[in-house]
Formats: sequence, structure tokens, C-alpha cells
Amino acid sequence: MTKKQDAVFIYSPELLQYKFHDQHPFNQIRIQLTYELLKELDCLDDEEIVSPRLASDEDIALIHDTAYIEAVKKAGQGELPEHIASNYGLGTEDTPVFSNMHEASALMVGGTLTAVDYVMEGKANHALNLGGGLHHGFRGKASGFCIYNDSSIAIEYMRKKYGARVLYVDTDAHHGDGVQWAFYEDPDVCTLSIHETGRYLFPGTGNITEKGQGKGYGFSFNVPVDAFTEDESWMKVYETAIHEVAEYFKPDVILTQNGADAHYYDPLTHLSVSMESYRFVPKVAHELAHKYCDGRWIAVGGGGYDIWRVVPRAWALIWLEMKQKHVSGNLPKNWLDRWQKQAPLTLSPSWEDPENLYPAIPRKQEITEKNYQTLTKALYQIRSHKNASF
Amino acid sequence: MIIEEIMNRNVHTMYADQTIADALTLLNRQKIRHIPIVNKEEELVGIISDRDVRDASPSTLDLDPDKALLDSPVSSIMEPDVITAHPLDFVEEISAVFYEQRIGCVPIVEKGRVVGIVTESDMLHTLILLTGAHQPSSHIEIQVENVSGKLAEITSIISKRKVNIISVLVYPNNDDKYKNLVFRVQTMNPMGIIQDITDHGHKVLWPNMPGVTE
Repeated sequence: MTKKQDAVFIYSPELLQYKFHDQHPFNQIRIQLTYELLKELDCLDDEEIVSPRLASDEDIALIHDTAYIEAVKKAGQGELPEHIASNYGLGTEDTPVFSNMHEASALMVGGTLTAVDYVMEGKANHALNLGGGLHHGFRGKASGFCIYNDSSIAIEYMRKKYGARVLYVDTDAHHGDGVQWAFYEDPDVCTLSIHETGRYLFPGTGNITEKGQGKGYGFSFNVPVDAFTEDESWMKVYETAIHEVAEYFKPDVILTQNGADAHYYDPLTHLSVSMESYRFVPKVAHELAHKYCDGRWIAVGGGGYDIWRVVPRAWALIWLEMKQKHVSGNLPKNWLDRWQKQAPLTLSPSWEDPENLYPAIPRKQEITEKNYQTLTKALYQIRSHKNASF
Repeated sequence: MIIEEIMNRNVHTMYADQTIADALTLLNRQKIRHIPIVNKEEELVGIISDRDVRDASPSTLDLDPDKALLDSPVSSIMEPDVITAHPLDFVEEISAVFYEQRIGCVPIVEKGRVVGIVTESDMLHTLILLTGAHQPSSHIEIQVENVSGKLAEITSIISKRKVNIISVLVYPNNDDKYKNLVFRVQTMNPMGIIQDITDHGHKVLWPNMPGVTE
């Protein structure tokens, strides 16, 4: 048997085929940018790269309705009438129909399943599939750029094949609704989502009062933070929540969704975090995976719509954390030179964001205080349960 | 929207000669807070709330309570003058009744008989549905001039982007010359719509910077 690897990186140029159209904000060139950045740093060896497998219909049906899968297949062949497509959330502004959309989506799902198998079979401690993290996909409906929900499928797959208790941690700026609803009544899957409040932002759910239902009550956690939240408050909320939830749930494996759209530059959301948070997020997840799960940690991508300045750096930091490599200062010059020609914006030259990334946020104190209160309410049950047992 | 679409048809009623102890049991078992009281013809004759029953119950601090009080008929504590509504009443009008009368529930009466009940929380739930926060969507708030045709103008801009509208609210601006329109639209990416609306000369209040909008 070959030696257990620290981490594997799921990659194939075919992952870029999940593409709606040129003007669509969801653009998987992000994965290639990250891949090349890591290659340029000499931090990604060929033996660490694993090709994604294609998810079977049976895999996808762990979560999705067969009628929906058939609809996606037909849509990808141009055979699904528009009025039927719209019932499935397909052919909309958010999830337009594109050629071979079933195959492209099944490959993304397969990538997350490949990552799962590497970790659960003990071939690697950690695995990263940046193509995954499509947390808005529902059983029978596409939503918010997501067709198949790879994370939900992977969690159900780990439940069935490995009997594992899974902690899902979602730090995308949008609420992880698809995953939450898929396991809302399941006490063996715990979901924690930290996101910008849904009062204004898509999808609108993710309130602290959504705590699960039936046997799953107390296994869904939501911490909706205020618009314009900055690093300090965001990291405090994240660190406290993930520590307390992990201690309470004691998972066998951690799946993190690493949307990189809470950054100040992101055009779709209104949070104000910087690269400092994106260095911190995988660090804490990594520590907890070793503390509770013997290292078992699967990370997927997600949102992130400043594909040039934010996502490649944020996502590279996940891999570098898995490999325990520290970077700071300037990005590799070759990478900057190569991509600056294509980028419509000036690329960020260094791993850190500048001090004056954005003008001072009015009402910072109030935002911080409100987030703290939200966090206290979100964790109320864990804390009262803990106090009662001593 | 009319009341019969939101009312609860499974109403727990009591007869006027049943006891306060019976009422206490029913309130606890069904986890309800109001009981309409009816006569043998099932006509509404009064209503009691959990508070009326509590007021009539002995104090939990009283070590030697007079249990006989609990055997009194509910007619002795019921409010005979009941505010009711009809199944065809409008939800919006009845919500104003809740607010003005400061009451917790309204029995729905048709031909003298109780056919349903609407509580404050049913009302709130309905209003939440009306604001559309129950489906994946983004929130956009726009200030438009207070003249005819502005809502149509905005909705046609949105429809050109093939985005479904989940809900619309129109509410007054502090300045009479304007009105605020609030949409929930079924898209994760409202940027295109916001650009189009701005290009047509309207002011988008949200998304925007804090402090700037106030």
C-alpha cells in the first residue's frame, strides 16, 4: 500500500466545462487560476493531483429526484421546452441552460465524491475539490447558480457508505440552504452556516431560528451576520461557532464549504472581510479536523465572484493550510504577468490585502455588537445544555 | 386574500356550563390560548383566554387553595362580547382589528356558528408570506416618483432580465413626492437589474452603503 498522503487536490481541466456563458458571474476559470498559482509556487506536486470521477445517476439520486436529473439531461441536449425547464429552475437568469450541463455537473459532484473516498478510505488526511460547494441546489430544483448539490450528495454518500457523522461548515456569504434543508431532520448531520443576513441578500433564509426539525432539532446552526461586517468580528463569530459546534457534535469527518464571496471586493455581497479571514478559516478547520476527526477534512469551493483578485488567493490558502505551508508577501511574478493580460482589473500583487482596502465603515461598533448577540442566540442551546450537564 | 384561506378550521370549543378546571385541561392539552364558548346550538356566546383562566385559578403560592373555584362554570369568567370575523373578510382588514383592539385571536363565525379561528401568530405568518421571505430571493428597494406608471416601469425592467418576482411591497416615503418599492426577486445576482434601474434614472436604496441611504 502506498503511503498515506497529507492531502490530495482534485483537478482536471474538464471541471471548467461547468459554464453558463461568458457574462455569467459564476466562472470556473477560478479553479484554473488557483491551480496555476499553486503550481507556480511549487506547492502542488503531480502525485497530489487526482482527477475527478463522473458521478453516476445513482450517486446523484442520493439527493435529487430522478425526474429532475432527467430534466437536466434533456436541457443539456436542448430538448427541454422552456416552460417545463422553468419548473425545475432551469433556463433562468441564474441557471441558464448550457450544452451538456448534466455531464459537467456530474463531474463536479464526482470530484467531491472522489475527495470523500480518498479521505474516508484513509488514502489522504485531507482532500480539496474547488469545483464543488454548490450549496443552493435543491432536490428537484436548480437555484442560485447550482444544479446538483455536490455537498449534500457527498454527505448522504458518507452516511450510507461509511456510516459517518458529518459536520458541514459553510462560510460562503450566502446561506447554505440546499444542504441545510436536505438534512434538516437528520441528527447525524450537523450543519453550520455563517453568512450575510438574508434580510436583503439571497436566498433570504438562514435565520438563527432555523435549528432543525424532529430528530434533527438542534443540529442546524445559523449565524447571520450584518452587512459590512469586517475581519475582526467575522473571525470571532466563525471561530467561536465552529469550536463550540464541533465540541458539541463530535463529528467523524468535517466537510467545509469555502465560498470566497464575503470579501470586500465581491460584487454580489455586502460584507467587508479581507484575505486575513481567508487565511484564518482553513486554519481553524484544520485544527479541529485533527482534534476530533483524526484529520479527516474535505474542503470544497463555492461562491466567489471577484474571480481575479480574491478567489485564487483565498482558495490557494486552503491548500497551503492543508500542506502546512506559509506564504506572505508578493505573489509569483510569472502568474501575475500571465493573467494580468486577461484580467479586466488590476490583480492584487500580494497575499495580504492593503491596510486601506476600503473606507472606514460607519457603525462598526453596532455591527460588531449585533453580530455578537446573534452568535450568542445561535449557540444558546449548546451553552445551556453544557451548563446543565455539569 | 380572505380569511377562509388562512383560518384554522379545527376549533376547540366548550359549552358555557363546563368548568374552569375543564378549560385548564383543554388549554394545556391542546397548547392553545383561547377557547370560544358555544351554546347547545353551537352558537358563539363568549370567549375565554388562558389569562382569564389563570386569573380565576388559585395562586401556586397558596398552600391551601379553595379548589371549589375551579368547579365554577366558564360562563362565570367568559367575555360575552366577542369580536368576530366572517370567512369572506379580508386578511388585511382583520389584521387592523388585531392591532386596534389589542386582541390575541378572532373566532370566525358564519350563520351564528363558529367555523374557524385566526390567531395573532397565524396573522403574522401570513404577513411573512406576503413579504416573500420564504423563497430563495434577493431584496431590492427602489425610490420612485409618486406618479402613475412607475411600478409598471420597474417590473418591465425586471421582466426583461427574465427574473421572477416573488413579492412586491409599496410603501410611503418620508417625502410625499416619492414612494418606495420593495421587491424580492428570484435571483442571486441582482446586479444587472440594479444597473438597468439606475440607468432608467431611479434611485436604488438597497443594496447601498450604510449611512448613505439614511
